[in-house]
Amino acid sequence: MGKLFAVVLTVITLISAGIFIARVWWLPPDISVLGAGIDHQMMETMYASGVLFVVSQLVLALFVWRYRDRGDGRAVKTFPGGSTPMVIGASVLVGIEILVLSLVGTRVWGGIFLSPPNPAALKVDVLAEQFAYYFRYAGPDGVFGKVHPELIDDASSNFFGLDPANDSTARDDVVSASLVIPVNTPILLTLHSKDVSHAFFVPELRIQQDFVPGLVVPLQFTATQMVKKEIVCTQLCGLGHFNMRAYLEVQSHDQFEQWLADNAP
Amino acid sequence: MTEQHGPPSGFLRKHVFSLDHKVIGKQYLDLALLAVVIGMVLSWLMRFHLGFPTTPVPGLGTVAPNGAAGGIMTPELYLALMTMHGTIMVFFVLTTAPFAGFGNFVLPLQVGARDMAFPRFNMMSFWVTCLALLVLLAAFFVPEGPPISGWTAYAPLSALGKDAGPGLGTGQTLWAVSIAIFCIGQLLGSLNFIATTLDLRTRGMTFSRLPVSTWAWFITSVIGLIAFSVLLPACVMLILDRVAGTSFFIPGGLVVSDRLQPHSGGSPLLWQHLFWFFGHPEVYIAILPGFGIISHILPVFARKPLLGWKVVITCLIAIGFLSYTVWGHHMFLSGMNPLSATLFSVPTLVITIPATIITLLWIGTIYGARLRLTTPALFCLGFISVFVSGGISGFFLAQPSIDTYLHGTYFVVGHFHFVMGVAAMFGIFAGTYFWFPKMFGRMMNEKLGKLHFILTLIGVYCIFMPMHYLGLAGNIRRYSAFTDDYMKGSLPLHRFITIAALFTGAVQLIFFFNLVWSRLRGARAPDNPWEATTLEWSVPSPPPFDNFGDHPPLVTRGPNEYGVKGVPDYVMQATPDHPAAT
Amino acid sequence: MKMPAPSAARTGVWVGIGAITMSFAAYTSALLVRQAGAQDWQHFRLPPILYLNTVVLLASSLTLALARRRGVAWVGLTLGLGLWFLGGQLFAWRQLAAQGLYLASNPASSFFYVLTVLHALHLLGGIVALGYIMRRMRAAGDGSPPGALGAVSLYWHFMGVLWLYLLGILALRL
Repeated sequence: MGKLFAVVLTVITLISAGIFIARVWWLPPDISVLGAGIDHQMMETMYASGVLFVVSQLVLALFVWRYRDRGDGRAVKTFPGGSTPMVIGASVLVGIEILVLSLVGTRVWGGIFLSPPNPAALKVDVLAEQFAYYFRYAGPDGVFGKVHPELIDDASSNFFGLDPANDSTARDDVVSASLVIPVNTPILLTLHSKDVSHAFFVPELRIQQDFVPGLVVPLQFTATQMVKKEIVCTQLCGLGHFNMRAYLEVQSHDQFEQWLADNAP
Repeated sequence: MTEQHGPPSGFLRKHVFSLDHKVIGKQYLDLALLAVVIGMVLSWLMRFHLGFPTTPVPGLGTVAPNGAAGGIMTPELYLALMTMHGTIMVFFVLTTAPFAGFGNFVLPLQVGARDMAFPRFNMMSFWVTCLALLVLLAAFFVPEGPPISGWTAYAPLSALGKDAGPGLGTGQTLWAVSIAIFCIGQLLGSLNFIATTLDLRTRGMTFSRLPVSTWAWFITSVIGLIAFSVLLPACVMLILDRVAGTSFFIPGGLVVSDRLQPHSGGSPLLWQHLFWFFGHPEVYIAILPGFGIISHILPVFARKPLLGWKVVITCLIAIGFLSYTVWGHHMFLSGMNPLSATLFSVPTLVITIPATIITLLWIGTIYGARLRLTTPALFCLGFISVFVSGGISGFFLAQPSIDTYLHGTYFVVGHFHFVMGVAAMFGIFAGTYFWFPKMFGRMMNEKLGKLHFILTLIGVYCIFMPMHYLGLAGNIRRYSAFTDDYMKGSLPLHRFITIAALFTGAVQLIFFFNLVWSRLRGARAPDNPWEATTLEWSVPSPPPFDNFGDHPPLVTRGPNEYGVKGVPDYVMQATPDHPAAT
Repeated sequence: MKMPAPSAARTGVWVGIGAITMSFAAYTSALLVRQAGAQDWQHFRLPPILYLNTVVLLASSLTLALARRRGVAWVGLTLGLGLWFLGGQLFAWRQLAAQGLYLASNPASSFFYVLTVLHALHLLGGIVALGYIMRRMRAAGDGSPPGALGAVSLYWHFMGVLWLYLLGILALRL
């Protein structure tokens, strides 16, 4: 049984690791300025973990094979050095790894979530509801109109609860069901939810953020390629959660300006 | 000494309302067994839908006409099954079997006590837990069905009531009530474990001679005391938001199902903080007894002492302590202050150190051993393997900058199933095969046990390792289906996982059969079939109602005397009756 | 049936104190978060009878401490004072309701009711325990205090300390 266990474990380990190494299923190519940093962090962790995974499983398999009872009544041996090498080894190796990953990782994290908002960023107001996203642009006046929850009426497409009749800043707000943005431009999303918690995730951008009812949560990024990708909801929001989706369209500056003009109310 | 109850008489006192910790322990294990069967069936239904979304499930349409007309699961039914699966498994299997089940049976024996410190509270804790399960299962039978907000029940989805979706009416309230009741049962249990370990140790059983498994149960009970004391208020406030119109967790200005909600000022993040302040220690409550069980069993079959057993205990205490500092790692992207992400990430990574030390010490124990590869030993080895796998995927998630991608994907599902659904389960299996002879006076069938082990090991890797690949590719969790355009390419892998899950589920029949068959026909078990040193093996199998009779044992050595020169190669903790012992 | 060993009973009460402390800590943190986070906090004056109730509860701790030497009648006195406290709390809730402040009226009143009701429920448990102690002291005949008196006293005094803490939080924050 010891031999069988060792063989099975070895096969499992090699196949599992092999599939990771061969990148059979892998992250989609990133389209974000910060994506490279995240991917680098991911790969560092992948290498360290991969080595740890393979070595520990194979050592386990080896030890089970080698030290199984063969009925020869031999004396048992203590690991040389006792527990001290384990304590020191684990503390030092894991400690160093943690230190390195934390330092590098904090810079990446800070780049995404702790940077002050870029004053030149294009602001887009995002509303999440069961089960759709709506995006709002400030329009030529550069100011978002006020939102009034009691005025929200999906039937007449007043998703945000704007009051154009009484609020001049709301009159030119552009509302869209897709997030259309210009390439290589810092974007600042302001996320708010109409009902329950949702989330905004674009795998290719590598970032996600929860919508918290009652709060307005900022999210910054810059897209580097002109593509059309999907935005998905990653925070359980009800029965339509699996279907809550929108498109992110990254266009050239000219195309974007044209789109904005075409979609003015 | 402790509360002395005489030998039980009558069917009810012996088998139903028993004060005997051994009976109560077995009752908890039976409860967990029932719960795991229900939880597994739910998971098969979920997996079937994920792998074969357009294939009707025979009979499902009859059982759930609203949720699965024609046998095809609706999204709300999927989410309801998912919520109940998680809740039942986490609370009624993983918190119950390793801690309340085995701990109740074994701990008083291992410390040399007659029974737990408060046998009546102990009995109450079991029946309270039973009540909690009944209340939870009742959610299946209310008109709108069980809640769909996941075992994490995030507000405001869980707090708003039925405007927010199906199952979120009575079903969600029953959920919250059930969990609140469960908390009380757990607190009564922790009470007993702590008092028994502190006050009822037999003569000579100093803290440094306690078996590692007792230490693990003791630390778990302290963690549980604090954790469940926080979950209970959270559930109370959730119930009040739902039925009494308060706004602890619900902010103002919400429009749900076209209705402006009459709440204001509450904080959804408050629920998350309270829940995860409980929730993270909870997963350590699920795994720490497993650490104790593996640390206890491995030396028995390696025939040598646990390497660095004092270090192991120190690490268990460190993990217990650190478990309270990391809860925010479930909330990196929740909208809480991003600075706190770093604050939570560091202890999350640091907790890897004691866990790694313990794992290395286990592997170091195997070095130079004379491993007897019985079924309990195999499950210990399997535990080490799957815990390493699950721990390593945790390493990714502990870093906020990587979590921004992996949060909410199948990578997380793979991670927590490896550490909880597999490792903790392997701990339960190891404990079952190990202590079955003591509990029932019969040996389990070794051939069936080994077959169960090797097929399950292969099966769980086939189920949960692929989930990491899905996660890397961006597959999102809690989706009831992967509709045509998004992630259509993941369907073949989901099919593979489903088939592996159904296969592994079927393999568990071997285990259930073994349990029943061995009860009836297993070979009679001697007092100490495994040649182990701790006190539970110094009494008959099964032990008499008062464990040690009129002679409480006198302990003169620690639990680690294995690999001693000569025959036998071990020395038991208790000496035979010393003339001065009376 | 003998009681649990005195030391185990006391350990049990300490464990219970730990659990109850943690749960009220959770409510406290919820209160602080709630107050800081939203603009809808409405302060109100605590019903003055709360202060009288406090004196009654503290007096009951004194009578219980004296009961060890003076016998079962003083345990009964403690129990009576406990019931008086509960009655006083009921009165306070009635007073608030008369002002139109119910559980869901505003967050401050929500916390007021939650905290005081939970304290009262836990105190009721203590009253039941006192009743049990009285029964045993009477049955023992010689009136000697059972070992559990120490454990129940510990719990009772904790209820007083907890009440002082809650009163402080309510007075300062509400």
